[in-house]
Amino acid sequence: MVDEKGVPAGLWARCAACGHMVYEKDVEKLLGVCPECSHHRRVDARTRIRHLADPDTFEEFSVDLKSTDPLKFKDRIPYKERLKREQAKTGEVEAMIIGKAFIRGRPVILGVMNPMFIMASMGAVVGEKMVRAAERAVEDNLPLVVVTASGGARMQEGVVALTQMAKTASALAQLDDAGGLYIVVATDPTTGGVSASFASLGDIVLAEPKAMMGFAGPRVIQNTMNVELPEGFQTAEFMMEHGFVDRIVPRSDLRTEIARIIDFCGK
Amino acid sequence: MSNDEGATQANGSVVAVPLNTTTYLDFEKPLVRIEHDIAELQLEHGQTKRSVSADIKQQRSRYRSTLKRLYTNLTPWETVLVARHPQRPLTTDYLKTVFRDVCELHGDRCFGDDDAIITAFARVGGHRVMVIGHNKGKDIKERVACNFGCAHPEGYRKALGKMRLAQKYGLPVVCLVDTQWAFPGIGSEERGISHAIATNLMEMARLKTPIVSVVIGEGGSGGALGLAVADRVAMFQHSFYSVISPEGCAAILWKTAERRQHAAEALRLTSTELSRLGAIDDVIPEPVGGAHRDPAAVAANLEKYIVGSLDSLKRMKLPTLVRKRQERVRQMCSFYESPLEVKAAAEAAKEKLATRRATSRSSRISGRFTRREKISG
Repeated sequence: MVDEKGVPAGLWARCAACGHMVYEKDVEKLLGVCPECSHHRRVDARTRIRHLADPDTFEEFSVDLKSTDPLKFKDRIPYKERLKREQAKTGEVEAMIIGKAFIRGRPVILGVMNPMFIMASMGAVVGEKMVRAAERAVEDNLPLVVVTASGGARMQEGVVALTQMAKTASALAQLDDAGGLYIVVATDPTTGGVSASFASLGDIVLAEPKAMMGFAGPRVIQNTMNVELPEGFQTAEFMMEHGFVDRIVPRSDLRTEIARIIDFCGK
Repeated sequence: MSNDEGATQANGSVVAVPLNTTTYLDFEKPLVRIEHDIAELQLEHGQTKRSVSADIKQQRSRYRSTLKRLYTNLTPWETVLVARHPQRPLTTDYLKTVFRDVCELHGDRCFGDDDAIITAFARVGGHRVMVIGHNKGKDIKERVACNFGCAHPEGYRKALGKMRLAQKYGLPVVCLVDTQWAFPGIGSEERGISHAIATNLMEMARLKTPIVSVVIGEGGSGGALGLAVADRVAMFQHSFYSVISPEGCAAILWKTAERRQHAAEALRLTSTELSRLGAIDDVIPEPVGGAHRDPAAVAANLEKYIVGSLDSLKRMKLPTLVRKRQERVRQMCSFYESPLEVKAAAEAAKEKLATRRATSRSSRISGRFTRREKISG
């Protein structure tokens, strides 16, 4: 899984899914998708914005929000230290980026989560940014598009992280009351507290092929229930089969599909 | 989780020992010793007829002071143990003590009826309400039937359905939260546990009727929050409310469940901490020694809190109520900072001050002018 972690492996790399040696430039051209098996690699938030938004149209809001470490949390390392390390590693302040952008000429409010930053877990900042994005969508009467990817609520922020679930859901209730359009693009992995709040509340839920989607972690289910998990459990396909995803959309088609849906909804 | 070694009676004695059915927790060992001493004194009295009442009295007061000392300084992990105490009163107990005329309603009209969440019409004080609570079960048979209070999607959908019913007929909703987490299982995922919880959060944020939520025991993660978006959220003094169980947190961050004490501390999951963080509105006091030592007292406190909250919430107009609920949720736990925004705000304030000074100076000048004109005139 070297390449999953964003390590530049040079010109060639082994696909984490099919094991084929793939030419990195080909993968890049395909927006991070393996040319052999169509495995969708995780991509960081900036790359995702580049994939989705029309060139040079993204205008970021609330750039520098950061956590104040309300719990003074310390596990093996202090949370503040962990944040600093993640910031140094990714060059980002937090796990979500919000802003205004154009997708095939349609103006939208765009939120993108960054799976490279503490697995895009949700703390006070991610919650606040999601709420601000929803509020801005109401204010500007624009569709809200959110690309979700998250390991869930951020443990290091404890109950503060938990309350963000209520906060984002409440903001989306207000967006819904205002007649706003909310499109979720679920990517690998969309789980836990994010899955049980704003990622499941889209008017339209799109998902990338084979993206992991679910509430409880598969290992937790396996250990507590002592059961074998069925093949393909908690994938986007599984979620569509059970009625929780509208469409599975390959990465290359996302722009077109989002634009089409916006047009259908007359936004 | 618990041990009942403390419940042993002295030497199988036939002498009248006050029947002690309390299950003692690990940290309550000093109490077990005192209990033992009292039992021995009574045994001695039975055999020798020597008067020991003064000694017993002394031991009883020692018992009370030890109990008080232990419970005023509960560590977070001890709080977790108390909140999970096998004899702690449950939703089903409060349905008998706090609520009257309980009329249970079943089913989510879609898949089934989940015993892990009970929904019922009931009366409390002068109010007709919809009460919704996690059900952990009293004995092993019940516990298995309701999955130890871990609800499936149908539980949350049943809750939402009954909340909508309450909204339609103008009944306030009272939620009693007591769950380890939402049920982690294949069926739970297949039927969309994420979607069910998320929908509850969103709909509770705009439900047009008062909602009061009380964490009575365990407030575990999204499973708890799914019944805890409300106008008033309270916790019992010795309950806990957390994003993840201390065991789960320890397993992930320290790679061993043994560090659960550390995790319990780090997570700040007690009522005092949550109050400080502004994640809850009120703490409902428990008698010394926890709810299980005096269920009647704790029921009275709960009733007082619910009735008091409903009295004031029902005075509000519905649109105001919902707006205030949303504002409250909006402002809750906003623990972030933004140097840029602070700078921008400071600059805006400076500018505002400058314009105000400029305008006040010009008005003063013009004021002087008028005065002078007046004088000259």
